Amino acid sequence: MRYAMAIDTKKCVGCADCVVACQIENDVPHGYCRDWITEKTVGTYPKLEMEIRSERCNHCENAPCVRCCPTGASYIAEGGVVLVEAAKCIGCGACIESCPYDARYSHPEGHVDKCTFCIHRVREGKQPACVAVCPTKCMYFGDLDDPSSEISKQLRTRKFKVLSPEAGTKPHVYYLI
Amino acid sequence: MQSRRDFIRISALGIGGITLGSRTIPGLFGKSLFDNPVVSEMKRYPTYCEVCFWKCAAWSHVDAEGRIQKIIGHDDDPHCNGRLCPRGTGGLGMYEDPDRLMTPLIRVEEDGKQTFRKASWDEALDLVAKRLQELSATYGPESIALFNHGSAGHHFSHLLKAMGSVNASAPSYAQCRGPREVGFKLTFGQVMGSPEPLDIRDTKCLVLIGSHLGENMHNGQVQEMADMIDKGGDIITVDPRYSIAAGKSKYWLPIKPATDIALLLAWINVLIEEKLYDVDFVQKNTIGFDQLAHHVRQMTPEWAYGITTIKPDLIRKTARLMAAASPAAIIHPGRHVTWYGDDTQRSRAIAILNALLGNWGRRGGFYFPEKVKVPDFPHPPYPKPKWGWREILDGKYPFAALSIANTFLDATIDEESPYAIHGWIVAGTNLPYTIPDVGRFEEAAQKAKFIVVVDTMPMEITGYADVILPECTYLERYDELRTSPHREPYIALRMPAAEPLGETKPAWWMTKELGKRLGLEDYFQYADFTEVLEWQLEQLGSSLDEMKKLGIKKFPRKSGPLYQPDNEVPWFNTPSGKVELYSAQLKEAGFDPIPNYTAHPTPPEGFYRLNYGRAPMHTFSRTSNNPYLADLMDENFVWVHPKVASKWSLENGQEVWLKNQDGIVSDLPIKVRITERIRWDSVYMVHGFGHVTKKLTQAYGKGVSDTQMITNVMDDPIMGGTGMRGNFVTFIKEQIS
Repeated sequence: MRYAMAIDTKKCVGCADCVVACQIENDVPHGYCRDWITEKTVGTYPKLEMEIRSERCNHCENAPCVRCCPTGASYIAEGGVVLVEAAKCIGCGACIESCPYDARYSHPEGHVDKCTFCIHRVREGKQPACVAVCPTKCMYFGDLDDPSSEISKQLRTRKFKVLSPEAGTKPHVYYLI
Repeated sequence: MQSRRDFIRISALGIGGITLGSRTIPGLFGKSLFDNPVVSEMKRYPTYCEVCFWKCAAWSHVDAEGRIQKIIGHDDDPHCNGRLCPRGTGGLGMYEDPDRLMTPLIRVEEDGKQTFRKASWDEALDLVAKRLQELSATYGPESIALFNHGSAGHHFSHLLKAMGSVNASAPSYAQCRGPREVGFKLTFGQVMGSPEPLDIRDTKCLVLIGSHLGENMHNGQVQEMADMIDKGGDIITVDPRYSIAAGKSKYWLPIKPATDIALLLAWINVLIEEKLYDVDFVQKNTIGFDQLAHHVRQMTPEWAYGITTIKPDLIRKTARLMAAASPAAIIHPGRHVTWYGDDTQRSRAIAILNALLGNWGRRGGFYFPEKVKVPDFPHPPYPKPKWGWREILDGKYPFAALSIANTFLDATIDEESPYAIHGWIVAGTNLPYTIPDVGRFEEAAQKAKFIVVVDTMPMEITGYADVILPECTYLERYDELRTSPHREPYIALRMPAAEPLGETKPAWWMTKELGKRLGLEDYFQYADFTEVLEWQLEQLGSSLDEMKKLGIKKFPRKSGPLYQPDNEVPWFNTPSGKVELYSAQLKEAGFDPIPNYTAHPTPPEGFYRLNYGRAPMHTFSRTSNNPYLADLMDENFVWVHPKVASKWSLENGQEVWLKNQDGIVSDLPIKVRITERIRWDSVYMVHGFGHVTKKLTQAYGKGVSDTQMITNVMDDPIMGGTGMRGNFVTFIKEQIS
């Protein structure tokens, strides 16, 4: 089982519903977020191109945050989901420094926090909160090892990319382009 | 000299005061909220969203402690299909906002200074009833006006009519969608309404004229736009700004602002000259085609190029694309369409273009909507007013179908008029951030003899009130059933998920209590609003119990099929019974029977056209203090093209003040966003920021209110819409003290 997410940049309108749904679902304190929107426009007026992405922890297969964690608080859980065990976390911030995606933040209660792929929901057979709420249905979550999963189908039929492939992290969040 | 009505800025006592604890459950540090057995016992209550007018049906989820934990869209609701937008998801913030109004407040003078003091409901309602009765006795009940937006308006409108006034007005007409309703009514005999009956999910070509779908998060429509993208449909976007929708378009036409009608006429020219229009539909169902063809003969793409800056081959290519897709092609009627004062004519041009594509009643075009008629709870007939909003218009705006909110301000200023307005009830609309020409609003607010404001939040409008009545949020109350036109008719129930916080009350209760004090008990023959709902639902063959379980209920269509059957000739509710490409009605009233392009002023040297719009996480000025939505966006920026930024030596993030063509300088500074996404002759900002009341602790002092900068208002002579996009601003890099 390899959990992954694919986000269709052609459909995403950057409304940030994923951000507020995550905040409410996971009780992320105001002023912080586990996911966010990136809008990138290239070219000069009027020859422009835009890409909008909902971004979050990439749940890397080769996760620098896990490798550098001195206490083992950051670990790879079922399905390759990268998690932080808050009780073990000393808040040293090494993982925040090591993440090429800037996907982690220091929670005001002293530990490091990040996207969990809503593993608590996934265990109940639900989709992550961001995926479930998205008005444009631009996000797909599922098991890459299951060829019949929607995400496997999307990755078979669509062009896609990952962020910062040069970092060698083998991300599990894909962007359909 | 002290004014009659000082705008009270400083936080008075009794505003806010209840702080909700975090939703975090103690002892669960580091554990999932949903692993807790207590939390898993969540109950859910149906509601429909009040953060915007789309009114998506949803469930409020409440934990065993009675705390509202989250709001999730109703799976069966066609407005949202189980997926709320960021505002609906963050609607929780309306309930949790620490700045909420919590008690009734009354304006008093202490040590020569006006302030608010807390009042009991009895005291506040007695005072409101007394003042309304006095005004009614002296000037007639017609002199009392209601400004409203949202659900509270229904209840206060009933009270107003029971008193004998029909002077209720929602700025959503003259400040927003009015011209399009009139333009489509004149052409097809039908208004668009809300949600618009657009079959976007099955369209092959969607044309957006300045409509920034996706940034205006009209939920179901954005969802259908994503569906059509999935199916490979094409989008054509006309906008001087590279909007989100433009970024998803096959063709983006970066038009010179204020020239849209020229483009629309050129498109009509191409469809006719190249015989790309639906000949069969036009022959059978329209009148005035020959006049139209004659009218546009010279309006070639080459002609339009000189006006719009859109190249002729692009005009032809896009016209051919929509024709090839027709009838599954839609020229979107837009929503906020009060731009340049000729907006009804632009909406007419859009309607005519749609008619030529033959998309009326066709899959992928316009479907035939239907809604459930919810019966009125029995009450005595309303008294007949001696005059109403039409008398205020005094013959102007002959095609206005609803009242024109800004003319109520004029009627308040003109105290000597036989049709003067003296008392205001304002429910759910922040007028100085809604109606352009704030100076006129200020003057009217000073002249008004009594103002009562009903709101959940201490918006700027409350600073002008004599009495403030704190409404509970939609999550804490019953309300009217939602019924809105859609593919299938539905009703939706809103019921409370929690007790109202503080001393807040629902509008139905306020109006009933005021009715009692005004001797109008007969209009409020119920102890509780559930009696009204129970009675209405019984008439509809349902019950409150059933609706509490279902949330929404679908009814079978009665009006016929969703699309036009091939074997039937459609009938249009116009004087001719046909689609009126040429409008004899307009001609008789002295207006152009077929739309014409008129040149509008362009910005003077050093000034830029002020364009404004929406962000998906905000609704007008009402959400900027919402803690969840402010986390997503807590201020607006002024978008500036890099060339303009270079000329002015502006840097990203630099604060500037704006000054408009009439010398109005923004109250607050705004940060610069340098971007290629805006034309060099324009600037852009998101509407609804620039709050000046400190009571909005989150939103205070952030960004600029576009409404403040809009002082040149171009009235639509046909129906009274307030054209707001003829304002030009320049930058002031250091504040003038």
